[in-house]
Amino acid sequence: MKKIIALLLATVMLLALVACTAPEEETDFKVGAIYINSKSDTAGYTYAHHNGITTAMKQLNLDTEKQLFIVDNVPEDKQQVLAAIDTLVGEGVNMIFGISFGYIDAMEEAATKYPDVIFSHATGYKSNDTNFNNYFGRAYQARYLSGIAAGLKSLEIGNNNVGYVAAYGTEYAETASGINGFALGVQAVNPDAQVYVKNLGAWAHEKNEKAFAEALINDFGCGIIAQHCDSAQPQIVAQDKKVYGCGYNSDMTPDAPKAHLTAAIWHWDVYYKTAMQAAMDCESADKFVEKMGTSAYYGGLKENFVDVSPLSENCAANTDKAIEAVRKLIVDGEWDVFSGAKLTIDKDGNVEKANAALVDNKGNVIVAAGGASVEDGVITGTMDYFVEGVTEVK
Amino acid sequence: MDKIGVITAFIHAIIVYNIPLLYGTVGEITVEKSGSLNLGVEGTMAVGAIFGYLVGCYANSIGVGIAVSFVAGALCGLLFAFLTVSLQANQNITGLTLTTFGLGVYFFVGNSVKSKVWPSMNDYAGVKEGFADLPIPGLSQIPIIGQGLFSHNLMVYLGIVIAVAMWWYLKHTKTGLRLRAVGENPGAADSVGVNVNLMKYLHICLGCGIMGIGGYYMALLMSGSFNSACWIGGYGWIAVALVIFANWSPVLALLGTFVFGFFNTLQVSGGSLALAFPAVCGWMGDIPTQLYQALPFIITAVVLVVTSIRNKRGASGLPAALGVNYFREER
Repeated sequence: MKKIIALLLATVMLLALVACTAPEEETDFKVGAIYINSKSDTAGYTYAHHNGITTAMKQLNLDTEKQLFIVDNVPEDKQQVLAAIDTLVGEGVNMIFGISFGYIDAMEEAATKYPDVIFSHATGYKSNDTNFNNYFGRAYQARYLSGIAAGLKSLEIGNNNVGYVAAYGTEYAETASGINGFALGVQAVNPDAQVYVKNLGAWAHEKNEKAFAEALINDFGCGIIAQHCDSAQPQIVAQDKKVYGCGYNSDMTPDAPKAHLTAAIWHWDVYYKTAMQAAMDCESADKFVEKMGTSAYYGGLKENFVDVSPLSENCAANTDKAIEAVRKLIVDGEWDVFSGAKLTIDKDGNVEKANAALVDNKGNVIVAAGGASVEDGVITGTMDYFVEGVTEVK
Repeated sequence: MDKIGVITAFIHAIIVYNIPLLYGTVGEITVEKSGSLNLGVEGTMAVGAIFGYLVGCYANSIGVGIAVSFVAGALCGLLFAFLTVSLQANQNITGLTLTTFGLGVYFFVGNSVKSKVWPSMNDYAGVKEGFADLPIPGLSQIPIIGQGLFSHNLMVYLGIVIAVAMWWYLKHTKTGLRLRAVGENPGAADSVGVNVNLMKYLHICLGCGIMGIGGYYMALLMSGSFNSACWIGGYGWIAVALVIFANWSPVLALLGTFVFGFFNTLQVSGGSLALAFPAVCGWMGDIPTQLYQALPFIITAVVLVVTSIRNKRGASGLPAALGVNYFREER
């Protein structure tokens, strides 16, 4: 018996040796990432980025076990981010992704300190001409599409009140542009619609995300609840109260199968793949920004960087037709959300474009009829108004 | 806009969203009355929440969920008691450690389960319906306040029953008196034959078990939707402050919970009240969100100041030996 076991063990060891001599990886490119939450999260912001990075690496035949180095649970504290960067550089990574806005100063400093490493910062606005860029996207385009679904549903249920649980209001262009994009999408279908925004004052606050959705439904009579917050609470509330909703960040239909219409979502892997490919193609780190063509990546529907999740059964008739028609206009570059032209969408999903001014909810004209798009306000973070038909309720 | 409905919804929300504070506070009072300061309320609630929710769903019974959350919380208490009573570890540090430990367990178990199949509360009728509102016949028909005050789920009533029962226990039973003696002067209690360590062990576990039920409540309130933030979301810390607010009385904890809850819920309902009653509450619409967020904590600070002034006059319920480990040989 002992002999058999010994023989077995010897065989196993032999196999292990063989495994060690497996062919070398095709490339020794190493990716570093700094996360605000845990890499083992199963939902939320960090999860979305981790998922994007690993998906992109698999597509590029990179080994996520051996070629990906992560420091997670890093708070937005400069010293701690710098320490995380030092750790990753010590592991010999070629490029570092930082996913949280507050990493901005540390990454800027480290880009100078480590010129041989590429730094790429999500949601930020700082960059240089060589090895440091930032990336974000035109979520407002996806918001507009989900607004169309909400608008058609509001006509179907005959309720013009639409609620929106937002992390912030006009304090950030990210939230303001999302709310405005969504509201314009709703109004393209239902010009009488009113969008009521409740401001959480925090990127995530699960209790209030639920309580705010309840208040919007109970007190303001909203029949549709959209959201810019992490958890699916607003959608779950919508289902409990027998109304409808549009989610954010991930397809929330499994969370609220009877309420959810569609969600504005990100395909982070699209950017990560582009960036990693560019980094691998550069002969040195200082050519990265040149290779990317810009120091501020800002993908949209066209790049498939943002999108709406598959439409659920709850959507009104012709929702898909209307969304596809508008998507085509945006992808082809014929029209964009914040411009001097408005779309009108009827119940049959037919889309018509006509010149009309973009007006904020205080009556100021932002873009005159026929004027050019002011998407720059989103990219540079200067959009600080709500459009007509949006009311912030405290 | 249904103006009466806004008030009713406001009252309802104050109670529904803040009952976990009552569980946390009553639990912590029970622990502190034995002379032990457990700062690990947040972690204990998290552990009670995750195990209560998962097992409650698998058993499809809210009763099992409550029992399991109590046991899970009590086990955290047992750990705390073993470290501070038997091993004489520093209570503050142990409590803080318990918070970190509890949140770690919460995410470890939660993420492990979610990476396979997460049980959705909607699929378990025994839990979902067990958490539905049970209007009290008669009282819930009172206009305006009836639906707000007397139409709640089982666990709201349970929390109030536990608070009143705990008050009665501490005030009117022999064991309660002995417990208070242990918290005031364990040496004296020991000298008359009270088993100090046993009393501490029992009541730390009991108090932590109550906190665990509060965590389970929070899990059900959040419809069991697990993501990257913990369900408890800081309530454990507020409970520690509410103990002082309540002057170590479980019945005053009810008042503390609802006063704190009132200001906590203003952020939710302030805008609705402003629109419904522009003449009286119109100003509420002009208050910045950030002030609403800070308000409950400003109130807490004010209450702590008032309490400390009152305590100087000798009316404090603070157990004299709170936070001091009892070591018989040093007596």
